[in-house]
Amino acid sequence: MTATAETPAQTGLRQQVLVLYLASSALDARVVGWSTYDGTGETHPTTGDSDEPPYTTGLDALKDGWRLFQASQLNPPYPGHEYDVSFLKHEFFFEKLV
Amino acid sequence: MPHPHRKHLLTSVQMAHFVATGALRMDAVVPDDMNQQAIEVLKAGVPAVPYGTPLSEAFVDSDFVQRLVELPEVAGAIHSLVGPEPTVDHHAVHIRKAHEGEAQNLHGDAIIDVRTDAFDVQLMYYPQDVTLEMGGTLSVPGSHLRRTNESDTGRYQNLLGQTRLVCPAGTVQFLHHGIWHGGRKNDSDLDRYMFKIRFNPTVRQVRLWNTDDLYDDAVAAELEQNFPWYENATGRLEKYNRIVLWRAISGDDTYDPNYWVTRVSNRPQRVITDRANNPHAKVKKEMV
Repeated sequence: MTATAETPAQTGLRQQVLVLYLASSALDARVVGWSTYDGTGETHPTTGDSDEPPYTTGLDALKDGWRLFQASQLNPPYPGHEYDVSFLKHEFFFEKLV
Repeated sequence: MPHPHRKHLLTSVQMAHFVATGALRMDAVVPDDMNQQAIEVLKAGVPAVPYGTPLSEAFVDSDFVQRLVELPEVAGAIHSLVGPEPTVDHHAVHIRKAHEGEAQNLHGDAIIDVRTDAFDVQLMYYPQDVTLEMGGTLSVPGSHLRRTNESDTGRYQNLLGQTRLVCPAGTVQFLHHGIWHGGRKNDSDLDRYMFKIRFNPTVRQVRLWNTDDLYDDAVAAELEQNFPWYENATGRLEKYNRIVLWRAISGDDTYDPNYWVTRVSNRPQRVITDRANNPHAKVKKEMV
């Protein structure tokens, strides 16, 4: 028999996602921006709904049980564009399964 | 449009504030009697204006808007930012309905626009008192020089130090074309109205304001300010880009009190060679 992964319907688990933008590439740097998405559908976070970040640093999110699953890469600037500013550079994705 | 009186032009400090933040706010600058009329006017709709219509011709069929752009403080700000006789790009009435469920994604208007020596401005007029619950425009101070396209920034829900507009009736703000902004969710019982006009300059935007205070220390202080959402390193690049813009609009290509541009563009051309250490230098012949 081949084992098959349990579906969300079977486990009852849903993913909550927290995106933190940090002041440097260090995970313990201060939070400068944040977004949340709630796979349970119980809350509806949206643009401009809060002035207070959920955590002071990325490390604080880890301490509270969030699991880091993606961090932005460190890419050198394109030649000739070293002084350009664009998207936030230090983006960290966390999850909780609830 | 008549030339505004000098006393109604922006100061250099106000212009530096605009260059640093991408916004200039004038609280309750529109008188109450106009604010009282505004909702009905905006509900009825403002006649469309073809792209590129000179401001003096754009609103001849809309008495209310004509009076709005001729208010001395408003006309002075328009002149200071985009000069005499700008063209009207477009205008729009924005209504956020009571208990409307959705917020706009954070975005820049139109498409990515990376001009470093010119800019459009958007006038936003709020005829009502705007409370936090009414979902006043979200904008991000100092985001206007970021090179991003329209709603590609939609992933960003909140940034530290963002502005969630709360203002008295009659407030006008001017925004740089690149600023990240969005209409917030209206959680109140009132429909919220905002009227917007985008202006394109028709002259070089050089020293169009009252420059009496051009070298005031407060100008440098405005240009040097930091914002809480800036990353440590990129925040320094923001100052570099502001200086580039300030040099363009002040006509002073040496302005750089904190050396952000000067330091990294220093390429001296003068050569000093020590002949004694140069193996290629010819040895002088002894005089006989």
